[in-house]
Amino acid sequence: MVSCVECHAYILLTTYLPSMSEVASRQQESPSSALKPGTPAPDFTLHSTPDQSISLNLFRGHPTILAFYPADFSPVCGDQMTLYNEVLPEFQHFNAEVLGISVDGVWCHRAFSKDRKLRFPLLSDFEPKGEVARKYGVYRKQDGITERALFVIDSDGVIKWSYVSPIGINPGAEGILKALESISKPTKEQR
Amino acid sequence: MEADTVKLTLPISNDRDHIQGQDTAPVTLVEYGDYECPYCGQAYPIIKQVQNKLGNKLRFVFRNFPITQIHPHAQHAAEAAEAAAAQNKFWQMHDNIYEHQEALDDNHLEKYAVIVGLDLAKFKKDMHNHAYAGHVREDFLSGVRSGVNGTPTFYINGTRYNDSWDLETLLETLRSTIK
Repeated sequence: MVSCVECHAYILLTTYLPSMSEVASRQQESPSSALKPGTPAPDFTLHSTPDQSISLNLFRGHPTILAFYPADFSPVCGDQMTLYNEVLPEFQHFNAEVLGISVDGVWCHRAFSKDRKLRFPLLSDFEPKGEVARKYGVYRKQDGITERALFVIDSDGVIKWSYVSPIGINPGAEGILKALESISKPTKEQR
Repeated sequence: MEADTVKLTLPISNDRDHIQGQDTAPVTLVEYGDYECPYCGQAYPIIKQVQNKLGNKLRFVFRNFPITQIHPHAQHAAEAAEAAAAQNKFWQMHDNIYEHQEALDDNHLEKYAVIVGLDLAKFKKDMHNHAYAGHVREDFLSGVRSGVNGTPTFYINGTRYNDSWDLETLLETLRSTIK
């Protein structure tokens, strides 16, 4: 198991760890407040490294995938970020970019990204805490982490698909790929 | 709940899949696995015990889901098992690899080819040409499309299984599916 002292991180172990079920039991029954398809995606600027920031509007002209996730360093093979890293070529067929977002700080992201050899940025929604997650309706105030939420934004900056997964379940890539298919044509043959 | 109804999108086929058990078995368990993944390594003896206990009531299918960015040997190990499949020794190779997860470099994969009795020249040629990389990729993409979200990911009668795969829980779930 890995721990990262500087992170506001919870240690996750697949779907059957007490900490996750405690979090899940506090999940509200009310419908998700996540921004719905058709909504313009709120712009933001977040740190991806100690020295660099990324703004969403930089990706105008490309479909963009925002993957909000609770915490770095879930010790399973194929945690969500690792999975998207593996599936990246499929996203790139659609000219799409992936951005991972959690409330972890940039140093934690750096360690996690290096450990998992991630080839897309992790953004730090750290200060003010969860501000971007709040804009997207996916901040878990009672836990101080983001939901496990996905947004696919088209090249004009409009949300075309969003999904909030139960916090203990990795939603995989299938929903993202379906959304990308519906909004863009692949740049080369997939099959 | 959406998570309970995630479905396998590529049907099981005798032409392309590695299957233990009969088509007529009342329950089918599919595993998407990575040969270098320690969790798949833990699942390996559990599956063996499940097969032992359920006998001909269970059909088991293994498909590849190598997470190559973090498991540098996973891709070649998957190709090696597929190359063994071409010589009708898939399960022997699959088992050998899981029993030696600490040694999955190309030299060791060749040793396992010898151990399971493959035509080594053909094996080496297939590995050099990446003859089965396409099949591994097809498995991987079918997993992505089926909502595979880590390794191992299991499907019971075509629906993704999200619960614990410890022996007791898995066995109980499979048994209740059979009833």
